[in-house]
Amino acid sequence: MTVESELIQITLRSLFISGTAALFASAIGLPIGLILGLKRFKGRQAIIGIFNSLIGIPTVALGLLLYLLFSNSGPMGFLHVLYTPMGIIIGQTILILPIMISVSTETLLGVDESIRYLALTMGADEQGAAFSVVRESSGGILLAISASFSRAIAELGVALMIGGNIRGITRVLTTSIALETTRGEIALGLGLTVILITLILLVNAGLGLLKKRVQWWLWE
Amino acid sequence: MRRETRTIAAIAIIAVILSSGAFYLYFSQIQGKQTLTISTTTSLYDTGLLDFIKDTYEKENPSVILAFISAGTGIAITHAKNGDADMILVHAPSQELAFMQENYGVNRKIFAYNYFTIVGPSTDVANINQTDPITALQHIYAYGHAHNTSLWVSRDDLSGTNSKEIALWAAAGYNYTVIRDEPWFISSGQGMGTTLNLADQQSLYTLSDIGTYLKYKNDGLISLDQLIAEGQDLLNVYSAIAVNSTTVTGVKYNLAMTFIQWLVSSSAQQLIGDYGIADYGQGLFFPAVAIVNNQAPAQIYGWIRSYAFYDVGGTLYECPPIWRSGDFGLYT
Repeated sequence: MTVESELIQITLRSLFISGTAALFASAIGLPIGLILGLKRFKGRQAIIGIFNSLIGIPTVALGLLLYLLFSNSGPMGFLHVLYTPMGIIIGQTILILPIMISVSTETLLGVDESIRYLALTMGADEQGAAFSVVRESSGGILLAISASFSRAIAELGVALMIGGNIRGITRVLTTSIALETTRGEIALGLGLTVILITLILLVNAGLGLLKKRVQWWLWE
Repeated sequence: MRRETRTIAAIAIIAVILSSGAFYLYFSQIQGKQTLTISTTTSLYDTGLLDFIKDTYEKENPSVILAFISAGTGIAITHAKNGDADMILVHAPSQELAFMQENYGVNRKIFAYNYFTIVGPSTDVANINQTDPITALQHIYAYGHAHNTSLWVSRDDLSGTNSKEIALWAAAGYNYTVIRDEPWFISSGQGMGTTLNLADQQSLYTLSDIGTYLKYKNDGLISLDQLIAEGQDLLNVYSAIAVNSTTVTGVKYNLAMTFIQWLVSSSAQQLIGDYGIADYGQGLFFPAVAIVNNQAPAQIYGWIRSYAFYDVGGTLYECPPIWRSGDFGLYT
């Protein structure tokens, strides 16, 4: 296999794994964020506090916990996801879920109360009023998605410990950078770094573009 | 369709195409194939030897994927005990013995050897050039102890290289756990490459495997000199051990044994011996199977025998008969 085709493969694999993780985390995290941001119930502040502090979980710590969980001698070894792309996807989903939940919750909470009252006075029911709050915070929700994706594609600990950096199967951009650097292939490591940063910039620029579209579309 | 809807649809389609492309790449690679998971050491992996072996072996055996997990010898053995690897390629005879004594490993086979080397700055303040390893460590200890400046960097990560270092300090008359707390003794906790860089930046001495050192030196990444010549004390022996399928369930024992049989075949041994000659002007690893089988050349056979063989009932074995399982024609 040539270096170029291997680079393309690693890049695509990174995009696929972290993109899927961001997708899973959105599917699970955004509904939770909506509930925490819109509904008032007992213990809500405590739950928000827990997710806020989980944002800072070190990736190696999560990687180690998941390794013990998914190891063949661990309680969930029967799933056989250790050293597979699926394992990394699960790990990154867990890693970025707190960001997804906290940022979306915080955005919804940050919307001015008057928006809700305005909608209610203009004849909307509670559901309609909630929708106008969500509409107002679409930018923050997209930020939650882009921040989550960026954290997933840029993390090393989970990919290394759950994926194992197996060439052709679980090697992603960050694990390649670490490997090539220890191998002394500094130039190659630098090239991979440029690819990684470019990807993160592109995805964020794309989401920024999307943000305008979504807001316009929601107000139409 | 409205423009904004189209934009969103286009982004969604691109995302789907990209991810299905990656998915296809992954599944076309693993479909209908068996994966042999091999936990191994950084000194074998980082030189590129195992990538080379992987390409060759997968070409000859299209139905098998070799998945190398590269870590230190310590964690490689832990992976194997947990059933997360089917076999190991490591270089720490004492840890290997414990691994087999606990019934986790069978059919050990020595497949390559080379030498560790003690490297340091060309100024050589501790004056160890051209001495032997034991004297060199004594000089380093004396100088470090007297001047209290950082002088030696250790990987301190229970890797094979670190195991060797501990044994060398013991042979020189020092207790590793005591001296590692002294101010001249730096613990990097990192792989060989990072440790060499650290030694280079701060003008420290360290113990390195020859492969990583030559690679870094030839690429101009470090200016450290090789100060101690190769010799018996610096011997580095690599072995393959299959994980015992009766102790650890679910491992691919037969797949592992087929690979070990290939690894000790004369064609694979040739590959190992030739690896690196084109890039470094010398091989990074020497084939060991013929030496062990023929018990010749006598000097190097004697070194391997006394360093990496195990004593059972007064006889030295590469792999004592109680830890052999099945007949794979490995032992003569």
